[in-house]
Amino acid sequence: MSAIAHADDHAHDDHGHHHKETFITKYIFSQDHKMISKQYLITGLIMGIIGIAMSLLFRMQLAWPDHKFTIYEIFLGKFGTDGVMDPSIYLALVTIHGTIMVFFVLTAGLSGTFSNLLIPLQIGARDMASGFLNMISYWLFFISSVIMVLSLFAEAGPASAGWTIYPPLSALPQAIGGSGMGMTLWLVSMAIFIASSLLGSLNYVVTVINLRTKGMSMTRMPLTIWAFFVTAIIGIVSFPVLLSAALLLIMDRSFGTSFYLSDIYIQGEVLHNQGGSPVLFEHLFWFLGHPEVYIVLLPALGITSEIIATNARKPIFGYRAMVASILAIAFLSTIVWGHHMFISGMNPFLGSVFTFTTLLIAIPSAVKAFNYITTLWKGNLQLNPAMLFSIGLVSTFITGGLTGIILGDSTLDINVHDTYFVVAHFHLVMGISALYGLFAGVYHWFPKMFGKMMNKNLGYVHFWVTAIGAYGVFFPMHFIGMVGLPRRYYTNSAFPYFDDLSDTNVLITVFALITAAAQLVFLYNFIVSMFYGKKAVQNPWKSNTLEWTTPVEHIHGNWPGAIPHVYRWPYDYSKTKENGEYVIEGQDFVSQITPLQEGEEELHH
Amino acid sequence: MTVFLTIVIIALFGITLWQMSKILKLSQLKNADDSQVANDKDNNMHGKLMLGFVIFIYLLTIYCFVQYRSFFLPESASEHGVDYDLLMFISMVLIMFVQIITQGLLHYFAYKYRGKKENKALFFADNDKLEFIWTIIPVIVLAGLIIYGLFTWTDIMNIDEEEGDPLIVELYAYQFDWRARYSGEDNVLGKANVRFIEGINTLGIDASDNYGKDDKVTNELHLPVNRKVIFKMRSQDVLHSAYMPFFRAQMNVVPGMITEFSYTPTKTTEEMRNSEFMVEKVATINKIRREKSKKLVAAGDEALETYEFDYYLLCNKICGASHYNMQMKIVVESEEDYQEWLKTQQTFGEQLSAQASN
Repeated sequence: MSAIAHADDHAHDDHGHHHKETFITKYIFSQDHKMISKQYLITGLIMGIIGIAMSLLFRMQLAWPDHKFTIYEIFLGKFGTDGVMDPSIYLALVTIHGTIMVFFVLTAGLSGTFSNLLIPLQIGARDMASGFLNMISYWLFFISSVIMVLSLFAEAGPASAGWTIYPPLSALPQAIGGSGMGMTLWLVSMAIFIASSLLGSLNYVVTVINLRTKGMSMTRMPLTIWAFFVTAIIGIVSFPVLLSAALLLIMDRSFGTSFYLSDIYIQGEVLHNQGGSPVLFEHLFWFLGHPEVYIVLLPALGITSEIIATNARKPIFGYRAMVASILAIAFLSTIVWGHHMFISGMNPFLGSVFTFTTLLIAIPSAVKAFNYITTLWKGNLQLNPAMLFSIGLVSTFITGGLTGIILGDSTLDINVHDTYFVVAHFHLVMGISALYGLFAGVYHWFPKMFGKMMNKNLGYVHFWVTAIGAYGVFFPMHFIGMVGLPRRYYTNSAFPYFDDLSDTNVLITVFALITAAAQLVFLYNFIVSMFYGKKAVQNPWKSNTLEWTTPVEHIHGNWPGAIPHVYRWPYDYSKTKENGEYVIEGQDFVSQITPLQEGEEELHH
Repeated sequence: MTVFLTIVIIALFGITLWQMSKILKLSQLKNADDSQVANDKDNNMHGKLMLGFVIFIYLLTIYCFVQYRSFFLPESASEHGVDYDLLMFISMVLIMFVQIITQGLLHYFAYKYRGKKENKALFFADNDKLEFIWTIIPVIVLAGLIIYGLFTWTDIMNIDEEEGDPLIVELYAYQFDWRARYSGEDNVLGKANVRFIEGINTLGIDASDNYGKDDKVTNELHLPVNRKVIFKMRSQDVLHSAYMPFFRAQMNVVPGMITEFSYTPTKTTEEMRNSEFMVEKVATINKIRREKSKKLVAAGDEALETYEFDYYLLCNKICGASHYNMQMKIVVESEEDYQEWLKTQQTFGEQLSAQASN
């Protein structure tokens, strides 16, 4: 199949005639990137529902610690007997919430969906470089999701050492119940997830490098593709390190090695382990863990760049600077991991180095934020739901990013480390921002994915409730962090000093419940529009990029005839000739496949 | 009751949305434009809402800073904490300034340039000068912050046992409590390892090391005011973190290695209790506790104790099921009171011989 997909353009007229697709090859073991992207999206959304539901459970526990909720018993079984949440299951909930949201929703659900959908469509390729590997990549992701969900049913509870699974807590079942079978399944699931992610990333990189259509030079690629491309590279560089970290942890747990363990006395017994260091694990984990933040965020920023330019009817401001910032962020992201470890016991001198590199990364981030704002300036903004989510992303990216200046400073980190200040910071800057990117992408490319339009009014309701709710949840959270309230506390009632925070905790939880309810609007809109939505036109947003030159109905190979050639960059919105008229009369956009018009200059961006 | 109310609120909210979507659908029947692409009416409405949204952000910010001002920690009780607080203040002012300006611009532009059919966007793709300006400004500001931060960091982390007459104390963490070990007359901690843990020797002090004989193990941390203290931290089982927010101090406690942190306490517990901030804070907390107690008593439970402020050390690295309640009381007092208290504590040697004579 893939051989056909990449055959010479001219031999493509009879494409699609010589293989019949069955239900299984079309919907289940599909090698078509468009179908795989839908599979990623739907799996990601299902995992997202689980992840968000978990957050509601533990938010309720935090807001009303003395209260009995039957709902705990329904969902948590023996860990919620009589409606009282067990402290260890609280930790399991925060652990699995983190894992699912970071890896399964925002890495696979976001990057997996849109890299698969957009890379071939926007660079003018018939499919991914290897459709088969792409299929394997999805199915590995599916298996890892299933194992992660299964781990929730482990007898002694799912993994509960925090999503960062620092040993020795994660290595010793004696230390916490969840570190038995639950943690084993967690590690197996993640190992498979990493394999899936690597196969996907290699495919993306190869596709972007090799399969661009004629005229699609690197500097004519949409910023989405730049973001996906660079994200894939960061993934290839850093995910293997997590795999090694996980493998060594598996060895420590099951085969008696001492990579991370030393001098431990637990449950009346001295363990034989000698010479290992948990700090080593922290280094290995964050060597992935920090780039992971950008693996999550860069695709969202790429999607936003594209959507803001299209809906502002203006070129993205500073295309070269945007590409340069993506590259700078990618490079710096691999040398800042130590800022998670200022007070881990590593040499304080290293702390100085990491403070330096960390604050450096604020510079390209600031450039991106300013460029977005300038793109809005003097635009003709079409405020579609996707555009609102994109503007929302810039807003939360700024709010969350700024507090990073405090946390990235080793000195200031001392007193806010691991408090709710951190929780507020990273939820805004990577959680909410990346989710906004995901939503923006879904609203914008839904017509491309399903050939239908999503209901815009439901989209507006979804956006405004979410936007207010997200700030309502995470803005006050900074303040309870400033008190010195540690995260991952089952209840704050053990310290009377925190008694006056309980009202704020209730406020946050109420906002969280409302915001989660608003996501149901999205789900409703998503499912209903898929079947009963208004049929989409070919180019509903009047966009320049190549995906809108394909027919609405999906066909294998994307374009019915030859692959179109590209003659310009993707951001010629509202471009005028010297006489002040649009380049193409009566139309404020010029598709990438339109050759230069008479009297038009190509600007070198 | 709360559950019921919550469920009712969620249900009502759901119904509201359902009805809204119905109304929207009905109104659409009359409206010919069902393209699901934003039209001028949408642009107008959501542009204005964007302006409303930035006002919401500003109000939320003001509300939080005013309403939650008592959430900020009181003036630091340690020497280096004063520098910490100043750096925090400068950084806060800076980021709030940037926050207000950029959010303002972002949302104002979204409002001001909301689309209209007859409008034309400006083709504005590049401006090297502008980009240079907003690259160089963060560079300069961040360079300032980095340099200032690094000087403070080096001061805090540069732990010199030779300088002055520091008190050496070991902080010992295990699931789920803390112990302090004072180094005794010689101010040197005896060797220790988990392999020596046996019976009353719960910290694994090496009984053959003479430096350890005069060590004193306590379950409260008492510190003399205005004397530098160096903490040597050890964990018995998993990672913990010794977090002392009032002293702007935190360091992870790692099994298999000894981590260090040092500070000079400058305010006694008594002084902190009598500070204006703390008097007000404790009064608020006790008011809340009295109200809670009323409910508890009505339900047949015991009332909550009246709260009196004490410094505390808490665990700030996830360490197991009871992580949320792993704390130790810290008392900062005058040198005399400290010595008096220390005298009442048994040395490790005394403990051993007491056990032997039993």
